[in-house]
Amino acid sequence: MIQAIAFYLFATLVLASGVLTIVARNPVHSVLWLILAFFNGAGLMLLVGAEFLAFLLIIVYVGAVAVLFLFVVMMLNIDFAELRAGFVKNFPLGIAIALVLLAELVLGVGAYRAGALDLGTADGMAAPLAGESNIENIGALLYGRYLFLFESAGIILLVAMVGAIVLTHRGTRSPRGQQNIARQIARKPSEATVNTKPEIGQGVEL
Amino acid sequence: MDFSHSLSLILPEIVLSVAGLVLLLVAAWGGDKTSRAITIASCVVLAACFAIVAPSVCAAAMGPDTVAFGGQFTADAFAGIAKLMIFAAAGAALVIAPAFFGRYGIMRAEYPVLILFSTLGMAIMVSATDLMTLYIGLELQSLAAYVLASFLRTDDRSAEAGLKYFVLGALASGILLFGMSLVYGFTGTTDFGGIRAALSGGMATGALFGIVFVLAGLAFKISAVPFHMWTPDVYEGAPTPVTAFFASAPKVAAIALTARVALDAFGAQAGAWQQVVIFAALASIVVGALGAIGQANVKRLLAYSSINNVGFILIGLATGTAEGVSAMLVYLAIYVAMTVGSFVAVLMLRNAEGEALEAISDMAGLSRTKPLLALCLAMLMFSLAGIPPLFGFWGKFVVFQAAVQADMVALAAIGIAASVIGAFYYIKIVKIMYFDEPANVVQGRSDWAHWALLAISTAAMSPLGYLLTPWLGELADGAAAALFLAA
Repeated sequence: MIQAIAFYLFATLVLASGVLTIVARNPVHSVLWLILAFFNGAGLMLLVGAEFLAFLLIIVYVGAVAVLFLFVVMMLNIDFAELRAGFVKNFPLGIAIALVLLAELVLGVGAYRAGALDLGTADGMAAPLAGESNIENIGALLYGRYLFLFESAGIILLVAMVGAIVLTHRGTRSPRGQQNIARQIARKPSEATVNTKPEIGQGVEL
Repeated sequence: MDFSHSLSLILPEIVLSVAGLVLLLVAAWGGDKTSRAITIASCVVLAACFAIVAPSVCAAAMGPDTVAFGGQFTADAFAGIAKLMIFAAAGAALVIAPAFFGRYGIMRAEYPVLILFSTLGMAIMVSATDLMTLYIGLELQSLAAYVLASFLRTDDRSAEAGLKYFVLGALASGILLFGMSLVYGFTGTTDFGGIRAALSGGMATGALFGIVFVLAGLAFKISAVPFHMWTPDVYEGAPTPVTAFFASAPKVAAIALTARVALDAFGAQAGAWQQVVIFAALASIVVGALGAIGQANVKRLLAYSSINNVGFILIGLATGTAEGVSAMLVYLAIYVAMTVGSFVAVLMLRNAEGEALEAISDMAGLSRTKPLLALCLAMLMFSLAGIPPLFGFWGKFVVFQAAVQADMVALAAIGIAASVIGAFYYIKIVKIMYFDEPANVVQGRSDWAHWALLAISTAAMSPLGYLLTPWLGELADGAAAALFLAA
């Protein structure tokens, strides 16, 4: 009973916040509605027992992606009202695209149901460990069977970070040049000045 | 799973990654003034990895003992011989870098670190026996390569090269991933052995699409026609030591990877990929030969030369026999030595101010101003053209021999005909150096490291190189046998 209530609650909130994401006038509000939709999606995933996906959705999408959106929206001064001005004009085009997508969805599901594709089947090598949660299973795989790949993927991310820094970091060079106070103080008059006695008409040799 | 056995098999990769991480910290704290020390340390690391891998190649390691992590990684003799070439080429790219970047005032400490990580990616690529390992190795190598291509960030051409390489490389990765997902979908596994078993009975059309997409993605990485468009631009724009690196090590890795994918994973459906490889081989030979003729920049010319050579290497793969793979490896080894030598020679072309010269017209009359350099370059060019007394001929010979033995006489005949076209532009460079009026712009002096590398590659390409043939042939045969044992 409580599961059904939770499902309808989350589902309603996902749909409502999804609609509000696209109709909100203020883009910052749109992103906030999107975050609410993610949270409720995560709740739905928890209900079907996919707790790892649920946490991933919150950590990755809410924690990183949505906050990035928020920054982009707030930093770039995009006038969403202007972007939305052509809504009525472009309405038929939008409907057409939506119909194409719907047709593809129906076709895809139909083809899958008909069994026309002879897809290979999993060989059971990665069968779930009995009595343990998704997270433990995934952890056991990542740090056991796929340890090598997991660590290599970590090095890829490190290289990406190093590359971004190498290509963009300009160093901390002061625009006024460098001041070495010790050298300034240690400077003696005898090193800084030269006495010459130029002959008439010869000029100075520097 | 026996972890200690798996870890002992990936020892070179562990050494490379730990060294890369430590040197990265040194670079972060020490700044650019440590770049020379880091470069030397990286060379030592590569030499150590070379020494670790060499015994398994000499012993022609193969069989289940070489399989690590439940079939994701294989450290057999085939992977080993490719790794030896990769480590040697990466070491050369490190040795020639400080002098080049020093002239621009920026030998940055990250250069050797990125080369090490790229080398790590290539080592993973050639050992991959799982689609996931394949992709991770490829991406690690490519990501470091994109950064290296735009390493001279004040230079517009270098930035353009990096951007172009990145955009097209990402597209190729997407094509490869799409193909891999199709293969996985139709076979139910990402393991090469499992894919071969699943495809041995028969093949769905979807799996065929998967094979073609995977090969298309890999053809981009080895710059085989029709996926070669990026090569001249990237090779021209990238800093010359990086270009030398691109033309040698990643090519070896990608070709070895392609061979393993084709013969191991798709080995049961040879007919499906053979026509693709034959087309790519012939098209690469012809386009590489014709495209090079009009080039005025020597780096662009060498880019087309590399496309041309990839065609010859693919002929060895197209035969689908152990002899063909052995011939391919011999050609690959010779190609790496020739390419590194040619780029070192190009790096030594400098004017009085020490600026790099890249125009072919600047080389006019080089035989009178720099006779030794001109002689080395002429020998390398003749060798690339495959003129008999030089070692470059041997590579072409074994490849065509393998093609004829596999009843592919037409393929060999077209290849030989196109290599005659290709000889034209190599010999044109020799003509410009020896018979044109001296342009007298090549003035600068070069350090001993350049001369040493040039001397090694020229000596290997001279008729002395034929002393290596029994030894090289034996190693290549062992490596090919290791690949075919799995298949």
